[in-house]
Amino acid sequence: MTAPPVAGTGPRALAWQRRRRSAVRFWARYRTHRAGLVGLAALGLFALVALTAPLTVGSDVSSVTDAPGQPLESPSAQFPLGTDQFGRNLLGLVVWGARVSLLVGLLAAVLSVAIGAVVGITAGHFRGAYGTVLMRVTDWFLVMPTLVLAIALATVMSRSLGTVILAIGVTTWPTTARLVRAQTLAVESRPYIERARALGGGHWHVMSRHVLPNVMPLVLAQTTLMVSSSILAEATLAFLGLGDPTVVSWGGLLQDAREAGAVSAGDWWYLVPPGIAIAVVALAFTLCGRAVESVLNPRLGVAG
Amino acid sequence: MAADVTSVPVEETAGPGTGSSRSGYVRYVGGKLGGAVVSLLAVLVTGFFLFRLIPGDPVKTMTGGRPISTAQLAEYRREFGLDLPLWEQFTDYCGKALTGDLGTSYQFRAPVIDKISEALPNTLLLTGTAFVLYTALGMFLGTRSAWRNGSLSDRFNTGLALTLYSVPSFWLGLLLIIVFSVGVGPIPGLFPTGGMESGDKEGFAYVLDVAHHLVLPVVTLVAVEYGQTLLVTRSALLDEMGSDYLTTARAKGLRDDLVRRRHAVPNALLPTVTLVFVNLGRTVAGVILVETVFSWPGLGGLFYQALSVPDLPLVQGLFLFFAAAVIVMNTLADLVYPLLDPRVGR
Repeated sequence: MTAPPVAGTGPRALAWQRRRRSAVRFWARYRTHRAGLVGLAALGLFALVALTAPLTVGSDVSSVTDAPGQPLESPSAQFPLGTDQFGRNLLGLVVWGARVSLLVGLLAAVLSVAIGAVVGITAGHFRGAYGTVLMRVTDWFLVMPTLVLAIALATVMSRSLGTVILAIGVTTWPTTARLVRAQTLAVESRPYIERARALGGGHWHVMSRHVLPNVMPLVLAQTTLMVSSSILAEATLAFLGLGDPTVVSWGGLLQDAREAGAVSAGDWWYLVPPGIAIAVVALAFTLCGRAVESVLNPRLGVAG
Repeated sequence: MAADVTSVPVEETAGPGTGSSRSGYVRYVGGKLGGAVVSLLAVLVTGFFLFRLIPGDPVKTMTGGRPISTAQLAEYRREFGLDLPLWEQFTDYCGKALTGDLGTSYQFRAPVIDKISEALPNTLLLTGTAFVLYTALGMFLGTRSAWRNGSLSDRFNTGLALTLYSVPSFWLGLLLIIVFSVGVGPIPGLFPTGGMESGDKEGFAYVLDVAHHLVLPVVTLVAVEYGQTLLVTRSALLDEMGSDYLTTARAKGLRDDLVRRRHAVPNALLPTVTLVFVNLGRTVAGVILVETVFSWPGLGGLFYQALSVPDLPLVQGLFLFFAAAVIVMNTLADLVYPLLDPRVGR
């Protein structure tokens, strides 16, 4: 692996070899973090469940018209987690809800990190008035109570998954922007950036060819961590009744449970599974993100 | 002897430095206050445009898509000043907001500011109690974890904190209600399911009653919030532990415990202080959810009632209030910080 093969000699082939080698090195070091491996395994399991849900439970599991059971049944052999107030199979709903929760979590995290990366790179690259103003805005967002902002956004807009993704994405980017800007400043102070500029590299060239590849690992780690908080935020918005009422998600299930009086009736089987699913997925993403972070920046020493 | 030697350079640098650091502090305070004023104005502007320029008619959102006559629509528009030109609406809104007039709640038919001041003491009671407890618990466990980095108790504490951090606060609250209020199996209901008082108590019995109602909400808030403080304290102390002055302190023959308490912890706690305040925004989220779940008659419960209607003037008023409160608290932390750490604000 270490000896460079002679086969590919063009610059593109060399770049790919370098990338492959660093991926292998990354994996070798990631493997030493047991918590990260556990998180990765849990994520794989949940992804499998979510992707195969159309085959295992089918989309009619969320239909209220021809529900298979009686309302609010206790767990039984037929319905391992009981039924909801419409008589729908709760196990099926939790499995089906994984699709929306994971999808919204991923998309919101990608949106948030994308905004953060663009703001961070440009603020770090164009110093002066533009960068200063941008960082002022970032700091303002950083201090703002994120959920209050997201709730206000979701309240005034129509109830849909797009709204939820947008509300989470545009309120949670500032942390990423700060981290990316710091990294951009560090990269741009290196001599090879000066060399690129001297050779005629413009702003776009420097940002896309030199800064972006260097902040990419950070962006990946940040995305992994952000998915976890996005899933929690999605569940929170759904629980507050701000999600899309027509789709099944874990937060929406918890809201249904509360409205159906599952709390005062002590129907724990209605409440426990969606909450555990949220917590396990959020924790798994956090564990992976911390493992990635400590592989990339061993000095932090965060992951045990 | 060794202690004398280390204290000398400190006095020398402090002597000539005091004059310039005082004027530096004034400049620092001026900058922070100016920034806070700009932030508050930005909140005011956001509060206005968020509730007017977003796609969709606020009146339609408010009526929840129910069919509504044109006359009624015009009536609502006039009531909320939506028939005026946008610029007039904006100046009108700013003038009113600055004098404390946040409009009239659509749902309660009462001034928004009255509803907020009614609910505020209840929220302060809940949040204040939880804040003190989770900060103390987080710092204590974080210090212990970092000092025995990698030990079984460190791994357990960090793992538990991360797990609780990943748990939705509202879900934890609902579970606690099921287990401790409704009762599961042989466990009877020990605590009330919600609210702040039973309504028939006076004097000391009233205090006890409120405390009884306070237990579960506070436990929920502490459980979901202490993890953050723990992790921040832990990494701050880990950063500090590589420092040379700790080696010096150990070399002087100080006991491990003393090195930790007198040397490492005070320095490590400094960054933690700011982060505790920066995280207030997150705490607000926790408070909204916990108050909703426990029907606590505070600002968070009010927010939930407002957004489920949706009662836009009340949502807007609470948005302004929460944002302003967080900015003010952060500014206070910024002002206190240089007094704790003279290296900042020179």
